[in-house]
Amino acid sequence: MEEILKVEHLSKSFRLSAKQQRLEKTGEKIRRAVNDISFCAYRGEIFGLLGPNGAGKTTTMRMLATLIRPDSGDAFLDGASIVTQETEVRSKLAFLTGELKLEDCFTPDYLFNFFSDLHGIEPTVRDRRKQELFSRFGIDEFAQTKLADLSHGMKQKVSIAVSIVHDPNIIIFDEPTNGLDVLTAKAVTDYLLELKQRGKTILISTHIFSLIEKVCDRVGVLIGGKMVLCDTLAAVCAGKSLEDRFFDLYAETAGAEQ
Amino acid sequence: MRNGLLTVFKKELARFFSDKRMVFSTVLLPGLMIYLLYSLMGSAIMNKFSADETTPPLVAVFGSSDAVEPMLSQSVRLADFAAKEDAMDAVRAQTLDALVVFPEDFDAAVSAYEIGSSAAPNVAIYYNSTSSDSQAAYTLLDELFSGYEATLCNKFDINAGGVGYDLASDTDETSSFFSMLLPMLLMMFLFSGCMSVAPEAIAGEKERGTIATLLITPISRSQIALGKIMALSVIALLSAASSAVGTILSLPKLMSGAGSISGSLYSASDYLLLAAVIASTVLLLVALISIVSAFAKTIKEAQTLVTPLMLVVMFLGITAMFGNRASGNSAVYLIPLYNSVQSMVSILTFDISALHLLLTVGSNLVYALLGTLVLTRMFRNEKIIFSK
Repeated sequence: MEEILKVEHLSKSFRLSAKQQRLEKTGEKIRRAVNDISFCAYRGEIFGLLGPNGAGKTTTMRMLATLIRPDSGDAFLDGASIVTQETEVRSKLAFLTGELKLEDCFTPDYLFNFFSDLHGIEPTVRDRRKQELFSRFGIDEFAQTKLADLSHGMKQKVSIAVSIVHDPNIIIFDEPTNGLDVLTAKAVTDYLLELKQRGKTILISTHIFSLIEKVCDRVGVLIGGKMVLCDTLAAVCAGKSLEDRFFDLYAETAGAEQ
Repeated sequence: MRNGLLTVFKKELARFFSDKRMVFSTVLLPGLMIYLLYSLMGSAIMNKFSADETTPPLVAVFGSSDAVEPMLSQSVRLADFAAKEDAMDAVRAQTLDALVVFPEDFDAAVSAYEIGSSAAPNVAIYYNSTSSDSQAAYTLLDELFSGYEATLCNKFDINAGGVGYDLASDTDETSSFFSMLLPMLLMMFLFSGCMSVAPEAIAGEKERGTIATLLITPISRSQIALGKIMALSVIALLSAASSAVGTILSLPKLMSGAGSISGSLYSASDYLLLAAVIASTVLLLVALISIVSAFAKTIKEAQTLVTPLMLVVMFLGITAMFGNRASGNSAVYLIPLYNSVQSMVSILTFDISALHLLLTVGSNLVYALLGTLVLTRMFRNEKIIFSK
């Protein structure tokens, strides 16, 4: 199997403001959000990062997307370092999260063209890809409608379409089905599987066990910024349901820390 | 990717022009409001202070003066009233413009009076200051009596006739007027133009969560920063141009009493020099407001943070109102924003030097470039981009 994403000893800390310390009733000034994690993902697989809120999933994904810099360690996406080759990394991946939004005043058509231009895609290639993706997600009939007038589900579909204008090999989705209605969530899940069939590598973060069980080949369990387990789905579950196994791991980790 | 800057530039313009309300309130409304406001102010001032000059004032006279009455009858229309109190009531009611009361034996008392010997004979002029016609009547009567008084012991005149002694040319008057007023107004217009778009484009993108979407594309942070600053500058210039056109069109109406003042005295090259200073100033202002906005989490917070900068710009604009000429010290033209005010003054007073203009435009461009670099660094700073 070809290793396409390799994470090596990635760490990231944040300074807590006085307000945050007060709110969280803690005296610690530095919060270690990600603590020396390493894992890899192979071409054509879906890798799931599982963890509770505050486990470090979003921080890890932001580091992989070069939005924030790691304190130490590195990661390589298709051979490009997130520390020294940021631009190359950005051209190789798609990154989508609930926190990343599109401007409501534009139409899907305009946004697709805009992001295509930023990725330097030729107009003929762009138009072919736009037709394919808009048709796949049912955006065609809303192509000239401003995002402000679209439903939440349709906005999410547009977000996915414009984030993969450049047909990247690595796709990072932070909570891909969060807040979506069941139909849109199914469309997204189906599309993840379709991308996998086409040889794309997908990294998703979620706390929805059923999603991981349905689509992921391998799983990394993050608790308190540490990767407590990383293996195939079957090995992680070890004969139990993923939910039961996760809470066992959570209890073990919490117990060990105490 | 090479065209990343152009793509961001076009996107910012598209975002602005797709919002018709924004275009109306930022580009059209300022000029329109200024034109209407200044024109209305001009007419109101004219109505308030201009008297009816076609008809002589209506004046009642009690007592008599053979010496003054011929002059009076030539200058005013005389009204008959039986009692002094009735005439005073008419002045109060604004049906009579003024009432003149001579003391008894006025002419004899004036002839017999020696300066410093006792109280001088007093002529009372009753008028109503809330009526412009009555006010004008008072001024006319005051001048008339003062003139008569002067003839009684006239030893010498000062500027007899009153015409031709002021050697100021129309150009001097115009330059003095515009150099006092326009730099302040232009700085305010430029700032408000920048204020209306920069916080929205920087802090607004953070608030909406759209900035990160842009940052994960392969184009560099510097292209994003420069593309935004250039697009915002174009919009701010449109807004400032609208305000400036409104001001230039309405100033003649506002200053309708000062007939010799006209913007047509400035040549096309003067306007071009002014445009160069304005363009460089806008770039700097947009860079400054963008930097401040990048610190803010919301548009509202950005507007609050920018307020001190607005006060500084206002203060610098006001400095043009004190002092007739721009500074001759070249170092002054390196001080950000103050250099723009000084250059505007020197252009408007036909006193600009090539060195000062170059220093102003050049230093503003350098400062704007430094601002762009700072903004680029801020776009790389996760604490700033993801501040909650």
